[in-house]
Amino acid sequence: MKLLFTLLSIGLSVSVLATDFPIKPVKNKLKFDASNGGISLAKGFKALVVHEGVGKARHIDVAPNGDIYVKLSKLESGKGIVALRDADGDGKAEIKNLFGAYRGTGMSIHNGYLYASSDTSVYRYKMTANGLLDDNAKAETIVTGLKLERQHESKPVTLDDDGHLFVTFGAPSNSCQETDRKTGSKGIEPCPIRDNYAGIWQFDANKLNQKQSDGVRYASGIRNAVALEWNKSQKQLYGLQHGRDDLHRLFPDLYTVEQSTEFPSEEFMLIKKGSDFGWPYCYNDHAQNKKVTAPEYGGDGKQVSSRCEAADKPIMAFPAHWAPNDLLFYTGNQFPAKYKNGAFVCFHGSWNRAPLKQAGYFVAFIPMGKDGKPSGNYEVFAENFAGIETVMNPSDAKARPMGLAQSTDGSLYITDSVKGKIWRVMYDK
Amino acid sequence: MTLKFFIFSIFVCLALNAQHKTKQKTILTKNIALIDSGKIVYETYCLPCHQANGMGVPKMNPPLVKTKWVLGDKTILINILLKGLNDPIEIDDEEYFNPMPAHDFLSNGQIAAVLSYVRNNFGNKAESITVQEVKDVRNKK
Repeated sequence: MKLLFTLLSIGLSVSVLATDFPIKPVKNKLKFDASNGGISLAKGFKALVVHEGVGKARHIDVAPNGDIYVKLSKLESGKGIVALRDADGDGKAEIKNLFGAYRGTGMSIHNGYLYASSDTSVYRYKMTANGLLDDNAKAETIVTGLKLERQHESKPVTLDDDGHLFVTFGAPSNSCQETDRKTGSKGIEPCPIRDNYAGIWQFDANKLNQKQSDGVRYASGIRNAVALEWNKSQKQLYGLQHGRDDLHRLFPDLYTVEQSTEFPSEEFMLIKKGSDFGWPYCYNDHAQNKKVTAPEYGGDGKQVSSRCEAADKPIMAFPAHWAPNDLLFYTGNQFPAKYKNGAFVCFHGSWNRAPLKQAGYFVAFIPMGKDGKPSGNYEVFAENFAGIETVMNPSDAKARPMGLAQSTDGSLYITDSVKGKIWRVMYDK
Repeated sequence: MTLKFFIFSIFVCLALNAQHKTKQKTILTKNIALIDSGKIVYETYCLPCHQANGMGVPKMNPPLVKTKWVLGDKTILINILLKGLNDPIEIDDEEYFNPMPAHDFLSNGQIAAVLSYVRNNFGNKAESITVQEVKDVRNKK
């Protein structure tokens, strides 16, 4: 980075001496928004709006040359992937291509390929050094034939450096009740949903047309993990669990409205091969600091069954329903040293805290230690996405943070799921 | 729950007492009582998903505001409560995916009350639903 600045300085000096020298896009050409595009950031950071709204954005990734790719949950002109390029170096994308006629969530650039997922498959596209993918891009099908579900249907993806693709198979259920989400309905024993869902599956990142049965179950007992990320320095998989909903509505005799609002935890998980985080039999209670038996399986809010005793615990627990929807380990050199290898988490924001006020709707930073676990409390890194002081109804939020990506220059990109606004956050010394 | 039923009964009694007055006034009072007790049912069973403003949650739980599902055919609406809804539905070009569980455990009175409340709240205005109408749909099966 220092070398780059030296080179840039030389370039600038040269350009001052010879004004007709073509100036490469440099940092001071970037047009920061006076209001940081409506969001509030940690001290020393600024943001510019790359795009005001590409559609209902989900995950995002940035290519080595700075091109931006965003997956959409709703088709725009029949397409579900947006490719953006900032051609003049002011930070704003003025070239936009659309391709991929499917909606979805997953978006990850790896080994010269763009991986993208629908809710039933994973595809990839071969990238070239400087070409912005467009509608001529040919999709290779990596995973196919998954059943379209109605809940937790997203198929987030991440890849390691050993040729593996990891995919979340969210449970199409809240808590595996005999009748889903029905007051008082008991849990099914054993929960059959765990056979093909509620976990992370590992596939060959380079093999075409794999079915779910061609994959390996990597981890279990995860209700849903939209935030899923391979940590390259730790060589470990991480994710965040969306905890179950409606403790009070489903079991009003056991839980108050307030308890249902704050519990169970959203869990930051270090996911090892064979991990089982206990869904649907257990949920995490961050006040008691343990996994307790779910009420569907005979729990009373305190009891700890042997299954819950054995269940994997989170490395950090957050209050309920914040909806962690993306995770990024920062490897850049642009941000101050404390951010290096730390985790950024997008909390999309709650709906299941009603009738009390909603929460989430911000991006958190979690410092990480060399042991691969949080080394301190989380901090609010970016907030005010919703644009209102108190969110009572999710539909009132003007924006909701959804996806995270880092570019080679160390900028952090954030997407919004409401209109598809894209922010680029930079450290401004 | 007992308290809620008690309150509900009071409203029903009030509505019944009102029958001494003119027919039109009776209907009006009945509706107000029905709608007020419906608010309690809404807050207990519906609000967690459909939210305080009835606008639902994007992609997941559909809005109840000014849609044909709420304002239209009474039988379809009553059946959504009795049987739940397991197909994705589209409202104003947006799709909603979360399943709605059957609320057949609610009494005919509670269903009439909550549907009348929803049809006359959040800017909605439609004819109330009577206990008899719910009873008829439930018995038809």
